Amino acid sequence: MTGAAARTRALALALAVLTLLPFASHSQFFVNLAMLTAISAALGQAWNIAGGFGGLTSFGHAAFFGLGAYADAILQTRYGLNPWLGLPAAAAFGGGAGWLIGTATFRAGLRGSYFALVTLAFAQAFGVLANSLDITGGGSGILVALHPGAGRFQFTDRRAGYALAVALLALATLAAWRLSVGRFGAHLLAVRENEDAARALGVPAVRVKSAALALSGALTALGGVLYVQSYLYIDPGIAFSAERSVEMLLVAMIGGAGTVLGPLLGALVVHAIADTTRSLITTPGVAPMLYGVVLLLIIGLLPGGVVRIAAVRGDG
Amino acid sequence: MAEAAPLLEVRGLARRFGGLRAVRGLDLDVQAGTIVALIGPNGAGKTTSFAMIAGFVRPDAGSVRFAGRDITGWVPERIAHAGIVRTFQITQPFAGLSVAENIRIGAFLRTRAPAAAMEQARALGSELGLAALLDRPAAALTVAGRKRLELARALAAGPRLLLLDEVMAGLTPTEVNDTVALVRGVRDRGVTILLTEHVMQAVMALADRIHVLAEGALIATGPPRQIAADPRVVEAYLGAGAAARLADG
Amino acid sequence: MMALLLPALVGGVLTGGVYALVALGLTLIYGVLHIVNFAHGSLLMVAMFGAWLLATRLGLDPLAAVPLMAGAMFAIGWGLYRFVIGPVGRGDDRGVLLATLGVAVVLDNAALIAFTGDSRSIETPYALQMVQAGPLLIPLAKLVAFAGAMLIALLLWAFMALTDTGRAIRAVAREPEGAALVGIRPARIFALAYGIGIACLGAAGCLLLPSFYVSPQVGGMFVLVAFTVVVLGGMGSFPGAVVGALLVGITENLGNLYLGESLGPICVPLLFIAVLLVRPTGLFGAVR
Repeated sequence: MTGAAARTRALALALAVLTLLPFASHSQFFVNLAMLTAISAALGQAWNIAGGFGGLTSFGHAAFFGLGAYADAILQTRYGLNPWLGLPAAAAFGGGAGWLIGTATFRAGLRGSYFALVTLAFAQAFGVLANSLDITGGGSGILVALHPGAGRFQFTDRRAGYALAVALLALATLAAWRLSVGRFGAHLLAVRENEDAARALGVPAVRVKSAALALSGALTALGGVLYVQSYLYIDPGIAFSAERSVEMLLVAMIGGAGTVLGPLLGALVVHAIADTTRSLITTPGVAPMLYGVVLLLIIGLLPGGVVRIAAVRGDG
Repeated sequence: MAEAAPLLEVRGLARRFGGLRAVRGLDLDVQAGTIVALIGPNGAGKTTSFAMIAGFVRPDAGSVRFAGRDITGWVPERIAHAGIVRTFQITQPFAGLSVAENIRIGAFLRTRAPAAAMEQARALGSELGLAALLDRPAAALTVAGRKRLELARALAAGPRLLLLDEVMAGLTPTEVNDTVALVRGVRDRGVTILLTEHVMQAVMALADRIHVLAEGALIATGPPRQIAADPRVVEAYLGAGAAARLADG
Repeated sequence: MMALLLPALVGGVLTGGVYALVALGLTLIYGVLHIVNFAHGSLLMVAMFGAWLLATRLGLDPLAAVPLMAGAMFAIGWGLYRFVIGPVGRGDDRGVLLATLGVAVVLDNAALIAFTGDSRSIETPYALQMVQAGPLLIPLAKLVAFAGAMLIALLLWAFMALTDTGRAIRAVAREPEGAALVGIRPARIFALAYGIGIACLGAAGCLLLPSFYVSPQVGGMFVLVAFTVVVLGGMGSFPGAVVGALLVGITENLGNLYLGESLGPICVPLLFIAVLLVRPTGLFGAVR
């Protein structure tokens, strides 16, 4: 076990160094790639808190992403709030939605595949709402006016955007790490492994799962804020698409669901696939198809994810 | 001599599943500090009774009082907090966690700090003979190991009343003897025990009082020696007329 | 409003007929294998592209292509279960769910590569023909699709009820261990049932194509509809799937009528959520 622990620590260190690298780069293109990877990793980590540690396989995490994005965009464009306030607002909306969806579905006893489908339905319902309400700008979405400056949460230097993405990733990873050592995380794992046994030992299963979904939803919603502040635009397709939900799941599953470092590796793998194929073939669909293939291979051959190769093999 | 109010008082507990009356009107008292056994042939309603007492199955009728409080219809986690912890007949380990982590989930009920809970868990696990297995995944345990783990986890939760659902099933005679000693040790620490068991030798050795269930209803109650001699009990187990045949033979 | 209501109801029933065929396959797969086939929508998309290719390249009318596509989709479904979903999922609920998700991702994007993201439809001589029924004008293509779907549903029911294979499948659905004892091999039956469920999609794809369009995203649109039908009717129930499909078809059309084209589509996800939260066993109360 100590061999594995040492490897995990080395891996964490390597990843930390890797995150610092783009700050030294002057290539906006490279920093942009790094930012997208960091956002993917952060969102994958957010998914991982519910889907990995909690075993709550969500197919609809875009619901939280979109809520956060729209909360941020609406508050600043309609109500003139400072976009920095979008962060707590989005976290509140995402967390609140996670808590409500969790309490409703877990009280009804929904688990596994049914939970996955219900989250998908929520994301779809939100997408329809965003597409038809006035406050969200309907299908044409919301454009945020360009006001560069730290005070307006808009940065022309991509490295600032990257720094924010890394900050979110660090926050999500800190949350995941806390789960891996603390009492709440232990309760969450216990409920994932065996709900009845956990309840017999006094673990309030519905509350624990709902709290995990709330935490995961809040972090995902923060990702939505970063998206809006980077691209200054949001529409229903970007906010609530099934592809976004699936990408969060892929990142966590490929890297290693239920591990602290898994989503970081998963994001690297997914973006390595995307960027390599994009430079070779321009046809749309090739990279996402490969994600699907990799997902099948991982589930079939390496259910623990890529992190297993890196961290556990030394334990002999 | 007036007896103190029992720790657990079950009155008229009943539950049906579809057309089957799994338990019909169970009355049961468990005095603090005693070991009480609930026995009966397969399908008699023992596990359903346990599930109702621990909050996993809602009773159709009847009440459960524990330490002076009416806990009927409470959810399992609340009942665990109140001080009743059950084990499962078919062991339910947290398969992906280590043995020590499994026990720690129990310890977390009374101890919030992770390190302190882990310390308790390891100490308790070692006491129950799991010392060498503490860092193994629970999924890797043998049947006997899983039974031990089930017991350790429940004890770690610091119950006042422990519900043991067939902790001896599937064990070798030696392991049964060990477990009998273990259960007695638990009682001696002040934990009250209600158990179901098929291994009669263990029941006779442990129980202060025995309740016999057949087809969902109580047919006999008393100390072990009286129960062993009760013809109704023999018939419930071996079929009608068995007691007479045994007496003739 | 009545003038609009009646056509909406009739339109809902007609659409529901084809949904029934899509959902029958899904409910069969659930009833026998107890798995949630998330790839169902994507496989419908494959069937629709198959019918589209046959129609545009070979000039084969989609209705005439029903047997061919049903056969082809059976083979695809059988192989997919035997070589991908079975081995990858290993019978574990989450593993199977993610395996079918993986298959859906691969199929959707393979279609995107092969056919681009454009929507495609075909022209049939009967595409614009209408049938006069009292005050109503009903598109012939939809009527034919409805009739075809009901006929195939009936055939499927007869197959399950009357043939030895059908009985074996039902035996495995009820008691896999018991069926194994009398010499039925569950693993073979699973692949067979999955194949038959997907064969229904072959037929449904052909019946849908004349009145609908196909694009790589079409699977994503159908998947929740199909699951709504199935949970509404009760997972695993055949009559439930048919009734559920008609209700979903009607709900969808009424939603579009009263809430408008943009808010109307919220009905299906809301219905799905409501059924699962309030009555997860569905209207027909089959086992969950």
